[in-house]
Amino acid sequence: MSRSFIAKNPSVLVFLAGLALFTLLVTVFSEGFGVGGLSTSFVKTLGKTLCLCLVAIAMDLIWGYCGILSLGHFAFFGLGGYMVGMWLMYARTEIIVEGALAQGAIPPTSQEVIDGIGTQIFGVVGSSEFPSIWAFSDSLILQLMMVVLVPGLLALIFGWLAFRSRVTGVYLSILTQAMTLALALYLFQNDSGLRGNNGLSGLQNLPGVSASQDVVSIWFLWASAFALGAGYVLAAFVVSGKFGSVIRGIRDNEARVRFLGYPVESFKLMLFTLTAMIAAIAGALYYPQAGIINPAEIAPIASIYLAVWVAIGGRGRLYGAVLGAAFVSLVSTWFTGGQAPDINLGFYTIQWVDWWQVILGLSFVFVTLYAPKGIGGLFDLIKTGEKS
Amino acid sequence: MSMNTLLEVSGVSVSFDGFKAINNLSFQIAPAELRAVIGPNGAGKTTFMDIVTGKTKPDEGRVLWGEKSISLLSMNEAAIARAGVGRKFQKPTVFEDQTVSENLMMALSADRGWWSVLWFRPKAENRDRVAELAEEVGLLDQLPRLAGELSHGQKQWLEIGMLLAQEPRLLLVDEPAAGMTPEEREHTTDLLVEVAKTRAVVVVEHDMEFVRRLNCKVTVLHEGSVLAEGGLDHVTADPQVIDVYLGR
Ligand SMILES: Nc1ncnc2c1ncn2[C@@H]1O[C@H](COP(=O)(O)OP(=O)(O)OP(=O)(O)O)[C@@H](O)[C@H]1O
Ligand SMILES: [Mg+2]
Repeated sequence: MSRSFIAKNPSVLVFLAGLALFTLLVTVFSEGFGVGGLSTSFVKTLGKTLCLCLVAIAMDLIWGYCGILSLGHFAFFGLGGYMVGMWLMYARTEIIVEGALAQGAIPPTSQEVIDGIGTQIFGVVGSSEFPSIWAFSDSLILQLMMVVLVPGLLALIFGWLAFRSRVTGVYLSILTQAMTLALALYLFQNDSGLRGNNGLSGLQNLPGVSASQDVVSIWFLWASAFALGAGYVLAAFVVSGKFGSVIRGIRDNEARVRFLGYPVESFKLMLFTLTAMIAAIAGALYYPQAGIINPAEIAPIASIYLAVWVAIGGRGRLYGAVLGAAFVSLVSTWFTGGQAPDINLGFYTIQWVDWWQVILGLSFVFVTLYAPKGIGGLFDLIKTGEKS
Repeated sequence: MSMNTLLEVSGVSVSFDGFKAINNLSFQIAPAELRAVIGPNGAGKTTFMDIVTGKTKPDEGRVLWGEKSISLLSMNEAAIARAGVGRKFQKPTVFEDQTVSENLMMALSADRGWWSVLWFRPKAENRDRVAELAEEVGLLDQLPRLAGELSHGQKQWLEIGMLLAQEPRLLLVDEPAAGMTPEEREHTTDLLVEVAKTRAVVVVEHDMEFVRRLNCKVTVLHEGSVLAEGGLDHVTADPQVIDVYLGR
């Protein structure tokens, strides 16, 4: 990745400038660092939206550019959240337990501390033993490595099995959906080692940090914006040049790419794994802002929503994915958050919380049938309008 | 396999749902040879190319390649292509969503691994080569256009250009002249004759005028096996060939 690459892709610069401006404006109007005006919970919503934009970029790479309709990328997103959540929960509980035990007459042994943490974390599922998957949870560095390694390895193994047997199209989508469902069902079990349907909670409290949420929310906003910017540049680099040609070729005519001598399976596997890792990083930044992660987040429907965002935004262009994720998820929050006033028709009251799903479904059908380029396609209209 | 054979197909058979599309077919070609393959519709010409390029696995027989006589049967399509077998399809298949220049750049002979493809940025020599190929197939002024916007004939040319870009040792060319004007056909024959001076070229074609201009050995396929082989005048005089193909 060189300087000339960004110079040759002015749209990347435009995006980065827009993102920087957005982040600065939110900071200026935040409670924590600025003049106020934006509530901290809204700042968190915006920060989370940036993470959703990042996972949408991953989805666009794998689906929009390479034609693999993965219905499992939100599972990688959730796994990333779980991985960072394990450290957050462990480290914070450790501080609490140490504080409580320090009240006693004799200093606690390290075993007493570990047992105390175990009871605190796993009490809800009737256990106090640390499962082996928590082996690295006391180390931030190791657990951050797990954020990319665990979903990356899962994607690598799954992709290797699926692509090697040349599973494609709708069969592959079903397979990814099955993987997602299996993972969610596993996590729902109390003995999964990740607290069953309770999930991991209190993730908004950073261990050892006394700053208020007003401040922490801005830190996460900046971290999310940075990750989104880096993800955008990385994705733009990947799809520019010959690699981009090859994956778009795979999307349009996989067999033809093979006859040119390209090992199609390894390209797919590489991209599937890379996008799983990007999704995981997005999830690792999202859940500390959400405060809680539980297996319901990984439910298959979430991955389907992800595809809907990218379709509505316009697949096969990176800013399309970002627009789709930002627009649909923000509108969705507005409708389902109870802010949209219900409409009383006399004989029937339209409750947006329910009807929003219907609107979303219909707009997906509409976009698929009549506007396959999505919102991003509007930019083409502007461009051709300028020319004529 | 003799020193002077690049590809040797022997005793190959393949059936689809009990129908024998290729029946005990044998075929050889030298490293620098031009060969025309003719035969009625459904004779198995395309299926023969499918077998050599790894798209279809035969039920029996051998397909040996190169000086070391390695078997192509255990290799996948991409590995066979990398070994030096290039193919032009009957129906032109180019990447319609990409420009002529991107299509050629993708085909250009270079390391095919994902890592080096990721870091590949075209150098001046690559761009020159693409322009040279485009000129050769008459698409120089079309380089920035999307391949999907080209005419049928131009797509044929683009695919021929992509085939040349791969620098294969064996070119399998399935009906290259379909949809071309008489002048374009002439250009195509000249091009193929020129290429065959250094490489092996197998051309499937129905048009007898085209085959005559190639001025090379002809293999006649019928019902999945070789009916006759030799000069064009020799095979067209063969009563069996007249019966199944020319007489109709
Ligand atoms: N994948 C397949 N499944 C079933 N039948 C097939 C398949 N491929 C080819 N065939 C059959 O095998 C026979 C040979 O087909 P092939 O396409 O090789 O003929 P061809 O000589 O190329 O004919 P044409 O001149 O029309 O291109 C045909 O009868 C065809 O229907
Ligand atoms: Mg054919």
